[in-house]
Amino acid sequence: MGGFLIPLEGEWVSPGVHSFDSRPLFPGVLPDWVNGHLAQAVIGAALVIGFWLWVSRRQQIVPTKRQFVGEWLYDFVRNNISREALGPDYRKYHPYLLALFSFILVNNLFGEFFVFMFPTFSKIGYAYGLAVASWVLYNAAGIKRDGFGHYMKKMTLPEGVPIYMAWLIIPLEFLSNFIVRPFTLALRLFANLFAGHLVILVFVLGGTYLLTLKDNLFYNFSGGVSILFSFAIFALEIFIGALQAYIFTVLTAQYVHSSISEEH
Amino acid sequence: MWPLEGEESAFGPLLPEHWSEFFVGIALFLVIWFVVAKFVAPMFEATYAKRADEIAGGIERAEKAQEQAAIALREYQEQLASARQEAAAIREEAKSQAADVAAEIKQQAQADADRLVASAKAQIEAERAQVVRALRGEIGGLATQLAGKIVGESLEDDERARRSVERFLDELESSQAAAK
Repeated sequence: MGGFLIPLEGEWVSPGVHSFDSRPLFPGVLPDWVNGHLAQAVIGAALVIGFWLWVSRRQQIVPTKRQFVGEWLYDFVRNNISREALGPDYRKYHPYLLALFSFILVNNLFGEFFVFMFPTFSKIGYAYGLAVASWVLYNAAGIKRDGFGHYMKKMTLPEGVPIYMAWLIIPLEFLSNFIVRPFTLALRLFANLFAGHLVILVFVLGGTYLLTLKDNLFYNFSGGVSILFSFAIFALEIFIGALQAYIFTVLTAQYVHSSISEEH
Repeated sequence: MWPLEGEESAFGPLLPEHWSEFFVGIALFLVIWFVVAKFVAPMFEATYAKRADEIAGGIERAEKAQEQAAIALREYQEQLASARQEAAAIREEAKSQAADVAAEIKQQAQADADRLVASAKAQIEAERAQVVRALRGEIGGLATQLAGKIVGESLEDDERARRSVERFLDELESSQAAAK
């Protein structure tokens, strides 16, 4: 039942996969997939777009505070991710990486803030979506540069591999570059947020349950400790949310780089 | 269509609850990408380019100013040097002119002095001659008289007495000249 923290009196239901089920927003009126998590993804996207438009309008040579904050975030992705991984080619792919980073970051922080208390990417569909987008990007970039045949050769047969090893290397490289990459991207993001949110649910829901249990001071005390401890977990989750956004973006940049670079 | 969809799925949470998530995720991301690529990134890059331009332009302007200052300094130094040279030349000329003037004045003074000396000499000579003439007569008379008194009368012959006096005087004069 989402992130709603009211356990039923006297009846303990431990948090699990069912805690991540989406609730239809308008059951019966709109299809079931129009749910709260979709709404929060849309709101997250709107926040990201709004933020970037806000900080990028009426820019001046000497930045205002608003512009300074924008430049700080922009430069973080531009200099530490895009340029770092892609070198001089970064301009073309930087908008993609900036959009990716800010979209993931905002949705991850939804797990700890605002009214949502739910990280959007703990629903794996969204993570798959972004992974597929990145998969299409780095393959398209490589095919555009080298042509399909050349690109496939580059990605499946690294230079220097003796030809008699090709029968082994080609399937392995194909698997790693075209199948494993998008799955690891998506699963890494999803699993971190899923697990983190589950831990928070256990501590908060369990703590609340114990705290409100009648006639057992020891349970009430441990419930209080558990809720206090959940704040540390929240802090950790904020860090993990930012870190996963960073990792997803850096890896996408790396994949693009490996597609458009001269050698493997 | 998706046989594993739903809570009974063997994949658990690894399969989307609704495949809409997948498409909505992609769609939202594409919209953000579009906005960032179309509006946000160009704006930032333009600002950065303008800023870099401004800084580069400032440096260029400063360099130009510095160059101009160096040229002005060189000009001043040249002017100063030429002024110094001119002053030295003027001083030199004045010195030589002064020396000329001094020599001229000296010469003139020398000439004046020479002239004065000469005229004084001439005057003295004339006066001396006059005195000698006067003395000669007087001394002659006195000597004759004196001699007459001593000798008595024998010296009545004026003509003879006068001649002997003359001779005596001439002798005296020549002896004096020899003594000198």
